[in-house]
Amino acid sequence: MGMDKIFFDEMVDEGGQPRPSFSGYCDWLAEQEPAKLLKKAYEAEDLFRKTGITFAVYGQEEAEERLIPFDIVPRIIAGAEWAKLSRGIEQRVRAMNAFLHDIYHRQEIVRAGRLPEHMVSANSAFLDRMIGFTPPGGVYSHIVGVDLVRTGPNEFYALEDNARTPSGVSYMLENRETMMRMFPELFTQMKVREVSDYPKRLRRSLSACAPPACKGDPVVAVLTPGIYNSAYFEHAFLADQMGAELVEGHDLRIVDGRVAMRTTQGYQPIDVLYRRLDDDYLDPLSFLPDSALGVPGIMDIYLAGGITIANAPGTGIVDDKAIYSYVPDIVRFYTGEEPLLQNVPTWRCSEPDSLKYVLEHLAELVVKEVHGSGGYGMLVGPVASKRELTDFAAKLKRSPAKYIAQPTLALSTVPILTKKGLAPRHVDLRPFVLVSPERIDITPGGLTRVALKKGSLVVNSSQGGGTKDSWVLED
Amino acid sequence: MTTLGKTAGALFWMFRYLERSENLARLTEAGLRMSLTRGDTAVQEWRSVLTTVGLAQAYEETGLAYEPAQVVNFLLRGRNQGGSVLSMIEKARDNARLARTAITREVWEATNECFITTRDTMARPLREADMPQALGMIRQHSALVRGALHGTMLRNDIYNFARLGTFVERADNTARIMDVKYYLLLPSLSHVGSTLDTNQWDMLLRSLSAQRSYRWLNPNETKAIDIARFLIFDGRFPRSILFCALKISENLKWLGFDYGEERPVHTQAVKLAKDLQSISVEQIFERGLHEFLQDFMASNAAIAWQIEKDYRFTE
Repeated sequence: MGMDKIFFDEMVDEGGQPRPSFSGYCDWLAEQEPAKLLKKAYEAEDLFRKTGITFAVYGQEEAEERLIPFDIVPRIIAGAEWAKLSRGIEQRVRAMNAFLHDIYHRQEIVRAGRLPEHMVSANSAFLDRMIGFTPPGGVYSHIVGVDLVRTGPNEFYALEDNARTPSGVSYMLENRETMMRMFPELFTQMKVREVSDYPKRLRRSLSACAPPACKGDPVVAVLTPGIYNSAYFEHAFLADQMGAELVEGHDLRIVDGRVAMRTTQGYQPIDVLYRRLDDDYLDPLSFLPDSALGVPGIMDIYLAGGITIANAPGTGIVDDKAIYSYVPDIVRFYTGEEPLLQNVPTWRCSEPDSLKYVLEHLAELVVKEVHGSGGYGMLVGPVASKRELTDFAAKLKRSPAKYIAQPTLALSTVPILTKKGLAPRHVDLRPFVLVSPERIDITPGGLTRVALKKGSLVVNSSQGGGTKDSWVLED
Repeated sequence: MTTLGKTAGALFWMFRYLERSENLARLTEAGLRMSLTRGDTAVQEWRSVLTTVGLAQAYEETGLAYEPAQVVNFLLRGRNQGGSVLSMIEKARDNARLARTAITREVWEATNECFITTRDTMARPLREADMPQALGMIRQHSALVRGALHGTMLRNDIYNFARLGTFVERADNTARIMDVKYYLLLPSLSHVGSTLDTNQWDMLLRSLSAQRSYRWLNPNETKAIDIARFLIFDGRFPRSILFCALKISENLKWLGFDYGEERPVHTQAVKLAKDLQSISVEQIFERGLHEFLQDFMASNAAIAWQIEKDYRFTE
């Protein structure tokens, strides 16, 4: 597999004709002056800068606050495609929540021999403190962002299940706001499904999981590591849109068996805490003792029913890339159905046969760290230099269990606007899923991330990727 | 919705820093004008501006000359001492980020743009030719933030904390600016006809955005005692000491209504405003203008400290 293969383009077919979902847009596009479109692109950037939608990149001091590049060409998904896709997502998310409940209770999946025991017990994201505990409403992962890639018509793969603290939803919302401001006429011509009620739904979902100690309307708060965190904008944005408090660890303390926030009128209890903080930092008494970001004692209150933590501590185990390879089995085991959404074939380097295969085919594969995220520490075989391949092979041999490998997928493309006109670039899609006791709610569309460099397959914003507005059409 | 102590504190400080940066910009503008019109006393003028904002020693230590270009750049964009207009606007924006969920999108965007424009304007040292425009830009952006606040914010506790920050800071700034120049207002010096004095008075009034208002109220004659009375007592002038003191106690009163209880700081603020209303400018001169201003600044600072404590800005 090299870089010369044919990729599926979502806008036009092999003959250069617009696909049905894009036909309305392409008609409009044909009437636009290229220079004016470019001007619109600059205007969009200016809007983002004024709104302060910034993103901090680790390890780049001078770029303390940076904008994620936004491309004004939307990614359009047909209604029927979306309907099929969302059934697959729902099934997967349902199975993941069932799996989490099981591994913290009877571990039937291990007893049934469908998942090796050490995958659970030796997993650093598995929390002993959660054993035997059922979170309020039975929901573990309230907010999930499943990363999908597309390779052909109706051919989607789930690439990652972000079940801990998926980010990016504020970009989904702001991208849409910006598009509506820039191109109002497009939205009157085409029926694009609404995304703007996500914050309201999020609040409803969280409130539906109020803890036993909650009296009356649930008080909801977003826990942020603070204004210097890379995703602070999103934390403030969501709190603002939901009408929730935005708190940091030092605003909170335990008062009368509840987690309470310091208000101008004294301490007041919080019922549901949407935390944007990893498990490790959540409670210095239970996890990392020197964390100043969390709340000492919050785990005790949680286990006693005094507060709901979303997502539940210990959900990170399903983000694990080694567990990922078992997800099709997990879906079959808990739903009794065949998975509707495919997994990317995955080699677990911990298994000697797989490791052998991976080492022999390194130049064709993508190799990822089991616990990694954000595109850090991964190897993209086809574009790596000889030197990088040799270095990585050595790392693999040293600690094979730290890695998994996948084939380089022929990621679909959607054009972006460049100075020279439209040019195809690879994309992925992160739909956002809300789980409450009664229902699973998927916002139509999600965040499309796009690799801005020609030929690049890495879409992560930390690696220079951009975003697009994602449209799901009403049929 | 409740208001977090941290959020109230961030709002209070956001508006303190905005007020302070605006005052410093205005003081710089007055200084610049003074040094253009009166070259002979320019060094002295710059020293008094630096003293007003507590940076006289810091400037001395830089070894820079008392040239307009050097002093103005130091006051507007000096990065190492936290007292420049740019660093204050940056702190105001940091606090706005912290209080993001309590302010409207309009207020946030105005503050963010104020910071972005100021940072970009001051990316390089300003040339003398660019200074008036840069100073005007700062004034305009502060007005935009204030306009967004008045036009879009609910009149609730959040608004009161923002206003308290504004008036605590403004009262302090007015007193501070007067105190550095208090000797100009003493009766012994206020004989008619000295060009130096009128110019100095102009500078004082300009530093407080008071020149127009004062002239409008006193079209014929300028007297030191009238200037002092105007800056301390005129309830129509939004930067007078009394105006600020009344606004502080008024905003605390609203907080008391809102929360259903008054805190110790209410008594302090009401007393300060009452004391001010029970003396005359003549009595102040008799007791000493400098002593009066010093006492006022101390009481005002005590109120600020008590607000932070009563409303749990920090643990």
